[in-house]
Parts: sequence; structure tokens; C-alpha cells
Amino acid sequence: MAAEPLIKVENLVKHFVVRLGAFGERGATVHAVDDVNFDIFAGETLSLVGESGCGKSTTGFTLLNLQKATSGKVIFQGENIVSLDEKRMRPYRRELQIVFQDPYSTLNPRMTIGEVVGEPILFHKLATKAELPEKVTRLLADVGLPARFASRYPHELSGGQRQRVAIARALACQPKFIVCDEAISALDVSVQAQIINLLLDLQEKYGLTYLFIAHDLAVVRHISDRVGVMYLGRLAELATREQLFSNPLHPYTRALLSAVPEADPELEKTRQRQILVGDVPSPLAPPAGCRFHTRCPIAMDKCRAVVPEWREVVPGHHVACHAVEVGAAG
Amino acid sequence: MTAPADNKPLLDVRGLTIEIETRRGPAIIVDGINLTVGKGETVGVVGESGCGKSLTMLSLVRLLPNKIKVKGGTAEFAGRDLLKMSKSELRQVRGGKIGFVFQDPMTSLNPVMRIGDQLCEPLIYHRNMSKADARKRAIELLRLVGIPGPEQRITAYPHELSGGMRQRVMIAMGLACDPELLIADEPTTALDVTIQAQIVDLVKDLRKKLNMSVVWITHDLALIAGLVDRVAVLYAGTVVEDAPVGELFARPTHPYTRGLLASIPKLSDEQASRLSSIGGTPPEPGRRPKGCPFAPRCALAESVCHESVPVLESVAGTSGHRVACFVAQRQMKEAA
Repeated sequence: MAAEPLIKVENLVKHFVVRLGAFGERGATVHAVDDVNFDIFAGETLSLVGESGCGKSTTGFTLLNLQKATSGKVIFQGENIVSLDEKRMRPYRRELQIVFQDPYSTLNPRMTIGEVVGEPILFHKLATKAELPEKVTRLLADVGLPARFASRYPHELSGGQRQRVAIARALACQPKFIVCDEAISALDVSVQAQIINLLLDLQEKYGLTYLFIAHDLAVVRHISDRVGVMYLGRLAELATREQLFSNPLHPYTRALLSAVPEADPELEKTRQRQILVGDVPSPLAPPAGCRFHTRCPIAMDKCRAVVPEWREVVPGHHVACHAVEVGAAG
Repeated sequence: MTAPADNKPLLDVRGLTIEIETRRGPAIIVDGINLTVGKGETVGVVGESGCGKSLTMLSLVRLLPNKIKVKGGTAEFAGRDLLKMSKSELRQVRGGKIGFVFQDPMTSLNPVMRIGDQLCEPLIYHRNMSKADARKRAIELLRLVGIPGPEQRITAYPHELSGGMRQRVMIAMGLACDPELLIADEPTTALDVTIQAQIVDLVKDLRKKLNMSVVWITHDLALIAGLVDRVAVLYAGTVVEDAPVGELFARPTHPYTRGLLASIPKLSDEQASRLSSIGGTPPEPGRRPKGCPFAPRCALAESVCHESVPVLESVAGTSGHRVACFVAQRQMKEAA
């Protein structure tokens, strides 16, 4: 991993200002993403996991400059893309794509599948109108759909087929990088496996880099090279798949892993689970110090006062926790 | 595990058939389902969206949407047919002897009513409690489901609670009148895993304390592995396999069950490059194929599978494991 990263995320912060009270008389700040640092290397799948409201999707959106970052940098091809306005962002848009969770609301219901998939090609002037049908056919074939689907409308398709269309559209401009924002979460189990396989095949074929945002840890383990765990707007831990799943260091990661049910009745009978108490605090008023301290089984006084530093404790294994000794990961 | 033989099951559904009114005419969406739940037993009803798992349960207490109707079958609960009860008899059962927990607490709780009042309603109605007694019991219930500070929370509105807390309130409502049967329809699907683990533990705990029977409807096979005694796998409105939970995971027999189990990545697995998946998608309601509903997606399908519908038959050498598949049944006969 000595290579130069494809994307470098430095101290990324995204705050939202919301109006509260019946007349919006009170202002408050949602700390959606707070000082997040990570690299994404070419050809890898980096997953971000965490529970709802932890900021994993906001990280994905902000990183693509679909939402203005409050502060921080995202370096892609030597340019800090989050500082660019929409016009100067345009050439980078072609390379950076996104697939959303819900294929029912993200495809324009009045456009045929051919138009949906062809639109970005025409927008970025990657083909003439005459060449378009052939390009669309090839893209549909890439995602396992027959060419005749080009003349259909989204409502005629099943959820899995629509997600294939969304992937074809993301692929249309030959991107380098795709954010998959809960791209398989809305699908049935049997269909989910098809889409996971498709994403893996396409990655191999086109050398794609994925930022995979998900909450299903079993799926994440299956497809990721590296995994980042977020809690309440901050990264708690980031490591290779092997490191994270066999030697989780952050107490939140441990709790998260132990809460995942396993499809094995014998194992479930004997399994020791660590059940967290309480709920995730509101991102409107995140706890001082370590944000996890209100639910942490091993919280110390220091955790309530001092924000733990984001450190690399062993090569490739980053964690933000006062209780973890440097080198303890061994 | 299953109810003792001399004991009749608490819930005994036979040949339940449900139809939906469509523009093309009536279409069958639940086709002759048989399902039993013993006293104190927890049964998982598993299937993908549209397989009819929720409708089957809703039909028992006549909460089906307008255009969907029960066309046949019986559903005996404690010896009486729920489907033939008068409305007033049914009202005694609904929320009284049978408790419901729905998937989405945001749409199933009344947003303009304090949660305490919503909890007291069934107690006053079913148990003839005074307001003061009902309030006491409501506080007790909130404490039972692990809501901190129940005396204060009882005056909260649903929007003031987190998703996990709201789901706990739903469970408290389902439990309010000490039901003999709790029907939980994907109660944790909208929740995060750490909260899901809390809710699952809670239901396990309560089931023991109250000796309730539970039907847990879900699409998540991993979730029920450690939770239920028996599993019924539904596909396109029919039960395709029905077995004790250990047996189902150790020896899945129906090609659909096997496909489902193989398509879930396991946390304990080392990384495999590809998942095995089931090709195609489940049939839409009203477009069920002739013959076995799974045949169009089944790698093992033979000509008989496209012609006639298989029925549940016992798997040789097991107790209580039944499968509806021509190929599996023939293979068992050949092996015997």
C-alpha cells in the first residue's frame, strides 16, 4: 500500500445547520462528519460501516462534492475537489460516480432505460447520438441486462434490475471511482448476492475503486479490502479486513461485530455477545471527549474529557481510543 | 421444542388461501398455507418481500388491506376458528390474547397521542382496568422492555423517542394484555444491529418469563438462527420447507432454502470471491407459474415441477422436517 492514494481525505468536516422550535427560532448544528481522515487506493474496495446517523453516507456525499464540505480537503488527481465550484468540478464528475440505495426513487420514471443510461454519455460528449445505441447495449450487457431493456421504463423492472440500471449509468462515463451508498441494502437476499457478484466482476474488469457504504457487516467482510468504522461523525477504527475482523481494537467495533447474528443455530447458542446499552446520542449535541464514552464498557475519566487521537497503532491499523496501547494490536 | 403430542397447538392454520383483487381479476397470493405454533414455541416465518408472510399473519386477525381477502382455510386459535369469529369476539382476541408488533413504529404508533395513553388503551379496553391501574401497568411495561425513566417517558410523544425506543414501546403494547401469542412482523428490520441485538434479547427473555408463543416474521435467516425453535420458509405464498431450526440449517432440503442460505455471506467465513446466488426474481403476485412456484428459478427443476404443485412431505429419518419439492422427495425415496 505504499502507492500514492487515488483519493486522499484530510480533516473532512461536514456540519449542517438546522432550525429548531416551532418557528425555527433556535439554530443548532448537526455534527454529521467531524475531522475524518483516510486514503483510498486505486483498485481497492474501502467500506465505511456504522449505524444510522453515524455520517457514513454524508462522508460519501461530501467526498464527491455533492454537498459542500464545511472544511477539510479531498485530494483527487492533485486537486482539492471539495473547493471546486460545479463548473470546475464537471471534468472530475465523469471519473467519480455514485450508486444509491433506492433504485425506485433514483431513476427518472419518465425516461426509458436507454435514456437513463445514455444521458451521461451525451452530457460528457463521449459519443455521438448515432453511436449511442451501441454504447448503451454494451453497458446493459456489462450489468447482465438484455439489449431490449433499453426501450423499457423503470416501473417495468424489478428492484434488482433497476439497481443494475443504476450501476450501468454509473459506469457509462468510464469512471475510476464509484461510491456505493447502501447500494444493496434495499434488495432481497437472493438478489443481493447477484448484485454483489456483479460489482465484484465489474471491479475486476474495469479496475474500479469502490467506496462501499453499508451497515451489513457480513457483506462488508465479503467484499472489502479495508474497512472503516464510524460512530457519530467520527472514524473509530480503520484497518484491513483481516485486521478489523480478527483483531478489532475499538470497543465499538467489538460490540458491533458481536451484535451481528450468524446463520448458524449451534454457534448462536454458545456465542458470547456483548450487548451495548442505550442509544446513539444525538449528533446535535455529541458527547464531549470520545463520542462513544456514554455506551462504552471500558470508558475511563479521560474518555469523557479528551478527544482520542486518530493513530496508526500497527501499520495499516488506525484507531481512535484512549484504551488502546500503541503496538497492542500485534 | 414442538408442542407435546397430547397437546393441541395454540395456533393451527390449515389451507389458508388469500386473494388480491387486480385489474386482471382476482389473483391468489397465499396458496393453502399450513402452519402450527405450539404453546410456548417460537416459530420463524421466513421469506423475501412479497412471499405473503405478513399477509398470512394479518389475515388471522382480519387486518388485511381492502382489496385482499381470505378465500379459504381455517385458523384455529386455542380451539376456535379466528376466521369465523364475529367482530366482537375477534376484538377480544386482537390485542388481548394475540399481541402484534409491527415493523415500522413510526407509522404504527399514533403520533398525536402520548405513549402512556396508547399503552393504557388496550388495558382499559381488554382488562377493564381503572385509569390509575392502567397507568401503573403501563409504567411497569415500559420498565419491562428496558426504557429508562418510564415514569417520565410515559408522557412523551412518539417523535420524542429514538427508533429503538419506539420499537420497545411497540413491543410493550404487544405485550400489554399478557398475550398467549405474540406476532412480531420484522420488528427489528428498521433498527441498527446493536439495537436489534437488544430487542432480540428482550423478546427471548420475555418469552421465557411469560411462557408466550411467538411468531417472528422476517427475511433475515441469520437473525432467527439463535432465536426460534422452528422455521417455516415461504416462497410465493406457499410453505416450501418447515423444520426445527437446527435441522433446517444443518440439512436444508428445498433448493430455495439452500439457495437462500448459500447467498448470505457469513461473518465467520473467510472471504470467498463470489457468492452463490439464485438467478431471476420471485414471481409477482398474480403471475405465479403453474406447478411449483420456484421451478422457473430452480436449477434442479424437472418437467413434473412445471406441471404440478408439490405438497409438504416429511423428510425421511427426521421428526418434524417437511419439504415440498418433487426432486428432493424422489431422491429421498431412491435413497431409502
